Amino acid sequence: MKLSGAEIIWRVFTKLGVDTIFGYPGGAVLPLFDAMYDCPIRNVRVRHEQGAAHMADGYARASGKAGVAIATSGPGATNLVTGIATAMLDSSPVVCITGQVNSSVIGSDAFQETDVTGVTLPITKHNYLVTRAEDISPMLREAFYIATSGRPGPVLLDITKDAQQGVIDYDWDDTPVRLPGYRPDLRVLPEELERAKELIQNAKRPLILAGHGVTMSGAGQELREFIEKTQIPVTLTLLGLGCFPASHPLNLGMMGMHGEAYANSAIQQADLLLAFGMRFDDRVTGNLKTYAQNARKIHIDIDPAEINKNVKVDVGIVGDLGETLRTITESLPRLKHDDWLETIAEFKNDTVMRDIQNVPVDDERLYAAHVINDIWRLTEGDALIVTDVGQHQMWAAQYYKLDKPNRLITSGGLGTMGFGLPAGIGARVAQPESEIWVIVGDGGFQMTQAELSTCRQEGFKLNVAILNNGYLGMVRQWQEFFYERRYMGTPIENPDFVKIVEAHGLTGIRVEKRDEVDKAVRAAQAEEGTVVIDFCVEGEDSVYPMVPAGADLDAMIRRPEPQKTRKK
Amino acid sequence: MMMNNNGNPAATTPIERTFIAYVEDKPGVLNRVASLFRCRAFNIKSLAVGRTEILGVSRMTIVIDADTYTAKRVEALLYKLVNVLRVQEVAETPSVMRDLALIKVGADSEARAQVLQICDVFRARVVDVAQDALIVEITGTEDKIEGLMEVLEPFGIIEMVRTGRVAMTRGSHAPTVDPEFVSARVPEYSGK
Repeated sequence: MKLSGAEIIWRVFTKLGVDTIFGYPGGAVLPLFDAMYDCPIRNVRVRHEQGAAHMADGYARASGKAGVAIATSGPGATNLVTGIATAMLDSSPVVCITGQVNSSVIGSDAFQETDVTGVTLPITKHNYLVTRAEDISPMLREAFYIATSGRPGPVLLDITKDAQQGVIDYDWDDTPVRLPGYRPDLRVLPEELERAKELIQNAKRPLILAGHGVTMSGAGQELREFIEKTQIPVTLTLLGLGCFPASHPLNLGMMGMHGEAYANSAIQQADLLLAFGMRFDDRVTGNLKTYAQNARKIHIDIDPAEINKNVKVDVGIVGDLGETLRTITESLPRLKHDDWLETIAEFKNDTVMRDIQNVPVDDERLYAAHVINDIWRLTEGDALIVTDVGQHQMWAAQYYKLDKPNRLITSGGLGTMGFGLPAGIGARVAQPESEIWVIVGDGGFQMTQAELSTCRQEGFKLNVAILNNGYLGMVRQWQEFFYERRYMGTPIENPDFVKIVEAHGLTGIRVEKRDEVDKAVRAAQAEEGTVVIDFCVEGEDSVYPMVPAGADLDAMIRRPEPQKTRKK
Repeated sequence: MMMNNNGNPAATTPIERTFIAYVEDKPGVLNRVASLFRCRAFNIKSLAVGRTEILGVSRMTIVIDADTYTAKRVEALLYKLVNVLRVQEVAETPSVMRDLALIKVGADSEARAQVLQICDVFRARVVDVAQDALIVEITGTEDKIEGLMEVLEPFGIIEMVRTGRVAMTRGSHAPTVDPEFVSARVPEYSGK
């Protein structure tokens, strides 16, 4: 059958199960958009290409399938860059299609020409420059395969306009993709398992560090069986939250910079760390020289390049986490670690008392932690939470207690402000029925606020909670702790968010007191369209505990005891 | 700094290391490999690329200064590139390493005999003779080439070009380019 390259793209998408793309048209993708006219795949027309990339990312994380973003050449493509880098660091399967100028003028500084494969080379898992219609189908199939297999990641195809316009004979090829240099060896060696088993059985103070890999490989059940059989406590990374129930007694909660103080102490005191699908990011290790010095380490990851990268391990196992855990669990006897669990209980010490939740309700003040806690209560802890980056993200991680996996979408590795709203839209497309709460700060929200129009135009329902403290709060907090409260560049004079939301034809609510929170949250839940709540929270509140960057993991700044909380 | 100190000084002292990488012969692959070194701030001392006996497969010889930890990182990162088929650090096996240089030396009829004599000692060949210059071709280790350059210096080196190091392991075996799996495992450190 004779088809144009552009038509082939939609045929291949349909075959690969793509139901929605997030796109922004332009000169170099005109053939592609024209061919879409007769195609049932949904186009979510974004307001900025960064939004398209984040939406594809949010869609991917909420659906487990690849998300697709489309942009034109030059500025359209470079606008995707932040979103691609975000997907790269969080191993999210995003496929980006960018238009490119005609192959005959590549390299001539043609109008809207940018070397996009060059620009995105270090921030994609792989990328392609496609100059012939014949290459479109095989390269697209490879792209989806690479994006979604092994350690997932973003793949970009830069397709020239003439490749989109070229007409060729097309037949769907369903032979498996063959990539000679992409066949990771994921066979687990028996001797590695044996050594892991021995370390686990001999450990007195073992601790599991569970990360994003647990969720991505769907190994939550295997992790649970391993934990219940071995009675080894577990602490989670930010992206690992939800992979093991927060309410389980062996779950210590989040580790790292803003993790639970006792979880960090437990890491430092452990004699065995079992790192499952996590990569010892500097935000969870603190100072590497003093990190868990007494602990032997077992690291299971699907990416061989992660083993021994930041932390030298005793046993490194490359393979699928679920399968590996099942094998290990079967071969282990039941274990007990009562003394160790008691020690950890002692580490908890005054944690509960220092919790902001135990600050008495004060009519004059609205604390972000209370807002998150109220949302958690009113959604029965079962909403899909999408956050932006900053203090609100950490409070969401600390106070929206997750008992189920895949309930938190957040930019962990890159820490991309502006991620929240578009990622929430992507998640909405992937999960039309879920209750979604997008939790953002006043700073990050304004970076991609234009996507409110997308919500309106596409009729998406989101609940957006702005934790508005009038500062770039996380940076302000660092200035408070480490730069003598010299607040340079962090105070922000915000627009009237309620009016902005209303101007988009959506509902805006302002909340200034604790006793207004319930009503506003319920109103948002009841409303059919998107509702944005502007929570005017305490300006100079900080996220505690905090391990200063590069400091020892147990050198934490703790929340001052509640009665000493500073007055304004 | 990474935790790469095993109390073994050899593991943490950068030494010169040679890697052979088999890659798919496709546009942009050289850039991917070079970019990998660039974005991790590894300095490439020498890089030679050429076709192999297998259609569609190129072979790169890459020389960098690296400690054991960095060398293993480089290997693992190279394997992450979709177009990389096989990586081998040749230091681990006995091997032959060669560099080729063309050196244009100023030499009038008077000096010519002297230069020819030197070339003979170094087993270099004269491949072009002009009125007042010679082109000398020499193959060998970098040391040998630098030795020759040193003694030719007084005659005046007009121009010089080198291929960069190429390497091959000894014996009848070659790294398989088409293995069942691409093994990218970073070996364990020795010692605790």
